[in-house]
Amino acid sequence: MANPTLSWNLVHDVHELLAYQFMVNALQAGTIVAVMAGVVGWYMVLRRQSFAGHTIAVMSFPGAAGAALAGVPGAVGYYLTCGIAALAIGREGGAGRRGRSRESAAIGVVQVAGLALGFLFLSLYSGVLEQLETLLFGTFLGIDRNQVLTLLLVAIVVLVALVLVGRPLLLASLDPEVALARGVPVRALDFGFLLILGLAVAATSQITGALLVFALLVAPPAAAQALTPRPGPSLVLSVVLALLVMWLALGISYFSIYPLGFFVTSLGFGVFLLAKLTGLARARRVRRGRGQDGAGSQEPQPVVAA
Amino acid sequence: MQAPAIELREASARIGARPPRAVWSGVQLTVCPGEFVAVLGSNGSGKSTLLKAILGLVQTPPGTVEVLGGPAGAANREIGYLPQRHGFDSTLPIRGVDLVRLGLDGSRWGVALDISGAVRRRSRERVREAIELVGASAYAERPLGELSGGEQQRILIAQALVRSPRILMLDEPLDSLDLPNQAAVTALVQRICRTENVAVLLVAHDVNPLLPYLDQVIYLAGGRALQGAVEDVITGSKLSELYGVEIEVLRARDGRLVVVGQPEAPHVHGHRHD
Repeated sequence: MANPTLSWNLVHDVHELLAYQFMVNALQAGTIVAVMAGVVGWYMVLRRQSFAGHTIAVMSFPGAAGAALAGVPGAVGYYLTCGIAALAIGREGGAGRRGRSRESAAIGVVQVAGLALGFLFLSLYSGVLEQLETLLFGTFLGIDRNQVLTLLLVAIVVLVALVLVGRPLLLASLDPEVALARGVPVRALDFGFLLILGLAVAATSQITGALLVFALLVAPPAAAQALTPRPGPSLVLSVVLALLVMWLALGISYFSIYPLGFFVTSLGFGVFLLAKLTGLARARRVRRGRGQDGAGSQEPQPVVAA
Repeated sequence: MQAPAIELREASARIGARPPRAVWSGVQLTVCPGEFVAVLGSNGSGKSTLLKAILGLVQTPPGTVEVLGGPAGAANREIGYLPQRHGFDSTLPIRGVDLVRLGLDGSRWGVALDISGAVRRRSRERVREAIELVGASAYAERPLGELSGGEQQRILIAQALVRSPRILMLDEPLDSLDLPNQAAVTALVQRICRTENVAVLLVAHDVNPLLPYLDQVIYLAGGRALQGAVEDVITGSKLSELYGVEIEVLRARDGRLVVVGQPEAPHVHGHRHD
């Protein structure tokens, strides 16, 4: 591959990006992963399960290393360990806040054990050292058609599942007791969501690496939720931001010598920071406005003309 | 006389596993539509458990719980339920209207085919009505975490009301509210109880803010329940019998009741969610 050069001509740059099949594959895979991470991550952040998500992500590292050691395709290892981690975390947790705090201790233990196992597998495999970096920090080189198709399949499964359970899951996340009283199977949904999260994480970490999958799962949804309290627009915004981060990161890393994961993470962090600052500024403006008129009903577009 | 909305016959509840502890037993209760009933008793006396039994979430062998003419749990769509809670996380990115909306359709699976948008318009209208009913229109569009305790409580009552339930069960809705807000919320609940002919069960710690509004009280103590008008139930002799120790009820000049000498039931917080 000739050294790619970045010019001021954007059309030319994009043209150059798409000249190679591996880059087309990377962009397609990245797009699929971003949409999935934007949606699943939105629920994860809302449910305050980021720590669980991070642990499942870390578990993809021993999965991939173990798969290499056993001589099976890496994807098998990813889905296997992420699934097991999701099940283990789900078994420990219960409904409500109390369940979640108990969850966090179990999660910490799973996470450390996973990292240790990963390193053990890797040293037993005694493969090239470079692979460690790829597993942890991701790569966009060498994604083949089959991987793209598998990702697409997983994404469809994940998104269809979320569309079907979306509303009860939202109610169960915000208000488990009311959900239970209304006949929503809260415990099953807790479990089901962790499995969905495991699937999405396993798929995503094949591109972003085990440590940085988190950037894509957390930063765009957290930014979106800081920007708007409306569930629908917030979910859409989460996907848009994830796509933006992914495309920009892929574009930049094509023209640069630094790893993809670094750019995904930095851009994600940047988006999150900007959103937080915007949110803070708005909250201050609202507070000041409320202080002035005392009663405090200066919403921009009230639905009710009381 | 109309058919009772809730009827418990010889009902007993146990909570916890190894060993299960009887919370109350042999309980007989009747609540009619349009009645405003307070559920009183000290910590651990089983007030929340009573609501859960009515929802069918706690079994009551060998007695029965009949709700709206059927077994408990069968008509939960007709029950507006506000569980006991401790306020929302201030960073929760959701508005009051969204929470009320979830009260309407939060238990529906999948996506509705709604090409003309008629269902959506009807839902929005119903949510708006419920919010107006509790007087929360001014702040329903703001993030829940930014609202005060009283404002959140009104939104939650709107959520419980949005399906026009025939039974409303509120678990300590006055907790963490200041006195003017306690009075306002109680008056609001009473108004809904009367105008919509809803049977209301309201769990409270202190009967005094409720006195001007109540029809009846259910007093839980010593594993038993006593139901009746305030002046019949909250008396020295009745409560002494219930608790099994000497209890004195004093009536202040403004009508407020002071119960002296009631023992606290053993705490069960550690086991409640196991």
